[in-house]
Amino acid sequence: MTAGRRTLMKGNEAVCEGAIAAGCRFYYGYPITPQNEIPETMSARLPSLGGTFLQAESEVATINYVLGTSAAGRRVMTSSSGPGLSLMQEGISYMAAQELPAVIVNVSRAGPGLGGITPSQGDYFQAVKGGGHGDYRTPVLAPHSVQEMYSLTILAFELADKYRNPALVLGDAIVGQMKEPFVAAPSRASVPDEPPWALSGCAGRPRRILKSLLLKDGEIEVHNWKLHRKYTAIREQEVRFEPFFLAGARIVVLAFGTAARVAKTAIQWARAEGLPAGLLRPITLFPFPSREVEEAVCGADAALVVEMNTGQMLEDVLLCTPHRDRVRFLGKPCAMPTPEEILAEIRGLAAEAGARAVRTR
Amino acid sequence: MSGAGPAKGKRAVFSRSRSLLDVRTHYCPGCHHGIVHRLLAEAIDRFDVREKTVGVAPVGCAVLMYDYIDVDFAEAPHGRAPAVATGIKRARPDRFVFAYQGDGDLAAIGTAEIVHAANRGENITVLFVNNTTYGMTGGQMAPTTMLGQKTATSPYGREFRSEGYPIRVAELLATLEGTAYSARVAVSTPAQIRKAKEAVRTAFTMQIREMGFSVVEFLSTCPTNWGMKPLDAQKRVLGEMAAYFPLGVYKERKQADFT
Repeated sequence: MTAGRRTLMKGNEAVCEGAIAAGCRFYYGYPITPQNEIPETMSARLPSLGGTFLQAESEVATINYVLGTSAAGRRVMTSSSGPGLSLMQEGISYMAAQELPAVIVNVSRAGPGLGGITPSQGDYFQAVKGGGHGDYRTPVLAPHSVQEMYSLTILAFELADKYRNPALVLGDAIVGQMKEPFVAAPSRASVPDEPPWALSGCAGRPRRILKSLLLKDGEIEVHNWKLHRKYTAIREQEVRFEPFFLAGARIVVLAFGTAARVAKTAIQWARAEGLPAGLLRPITLFPFPSREVEEAVCGADAALVVEMNTGQMLEDVLLCTPHRDRVRFLGKPCAMPTPEEILAEIRGLAAEAGARAVRTR
Repeated sequence: MSGAGPAKGKRAVFSRSRSLLDVRTHYCPGCHHGIVHRLLAEAIDRFDVREKTVGVAPVGCAVLMYDYIDVDFAEAPHGRAPAVATGIKRARPDRFVFAYQGDGDLAAIGTAEIVHAANRGENITVLFVNNTTYGMTGGQMAPTTMLGQKTATSPYGREFRSEGYPIRVAELLATLEGTAYSARVAVSTPAQIRKAKEAVRTAFTMQIREMGFSVVEFLSTCPTNWGMKPLDAQKRVLGEMAAYFPLGVYKERKQADFT
């Protein structure tokens, strides 16, 4: 693939291009819809690059291959969808505890249970609130385009290495399956040198141990506070969001991923009607752009949270604003909202705000 | 080793393995983990691979083995040591990679990982300690618990109608094409220890010659959770246990077979 040229590609394939551009040469996975293009592409691409593809016996095994390769100091990725991510939570917890970097892509589908293969944002809590056992966090990036499936995969590798922590990319069936033109950045295989903690045999250096069992008095508490400081640094330094017609917006839509992509159309239609609507799209779900959301809600008449679930990011929005009465929710569990539905909500909120303005005058 | 060399005019006939740290272990009196650790350390020294070895510690009593064996170590979730070892070996094929697992770890929660690592012919070495019980958690029933054996969770004795039969791991793994070497040994007498040492060396050789997956099952004691004196526990190994878990080499790939 030529850097700088527009290429038509599925989001799942763009994830692979991003990983390869990031210097990732190890991929492990297990088949599950709607992400199968990722293992299929990696199985075809990696051997010629001197890399390793291995299909695991389960997602439980997958994440532990990932743990081992990360412990050996190599960039490594896996991908799956909701049910597979559930099985990986044990390993993700261990990796967070041992401070091992890796990129884990969730092309999420409808749940709970076997659910379905329609797009869904029902894995928000699982991704953002830790998912596995213990007090840990992982950076979570939410692409809303094929371009971002590529670029945010690269960013996930950088964050994973920078913070020695697993990083998640939370997509969905739409961004995974849809084809769009995108532009690959010039190859930046800036793979870090041998990490100073990697297991490689103790030739010429003291041996290294990567573990999470901390039995000595107080040791585990100290470790938890150390991890907490890291998550605080991530909160302070890594917030990313996209404002879209946000300046002067009286009706602020808050949405991520595919829901945000649809909301952009609705907002353009609303603006064409003269309605002052705008979008704040969190790109990082952890860290959540709390301050930006608070400011946007504070300056607006109403905030409309749109999600492909029954209200998960909604809770984070409500946590960061004192103006809870301004927050409304449009949920489409396991389905994509239409721009018409979002526009109808915007019109309703605009009318309400107008009526309030008349009453208070 | 901590001590100075032998006194003048004396010849050293025994010394600590270089790869074995000079510390006291946490294992109970009569437990066999210490002997198995020693055999592992001797093999690491013999093949001179200490500086290119990465070990994978299990969950269970032996999780602390990184406090005793002087090599790089990763710690795996319960049952996942073969998967973690796979990830390390794939990333660093020129390193020597071993996993160390107990019976609950390998033969219950980690059954899928060990079977598929073996079936892939993953070029790693697994040391499997079978003491018929979950030691660290207090002596519950394991997949290898003998019929009739009383444990913390089989207080009336293991009963095949309800709990099934003890799993014979060395035989099971020997059926898989990817397995290059599978043997069951004991370490309860000096003669058995010598045979066990040979088995560990052969298992190491398989990996060093890139011939595939190798596993050594050690019939071992857990006097504390068996409620036995150490000497009685030693006797149980070659008695009741070896009668159900026969000692021997179940698979040994020859170089000529492997192309």
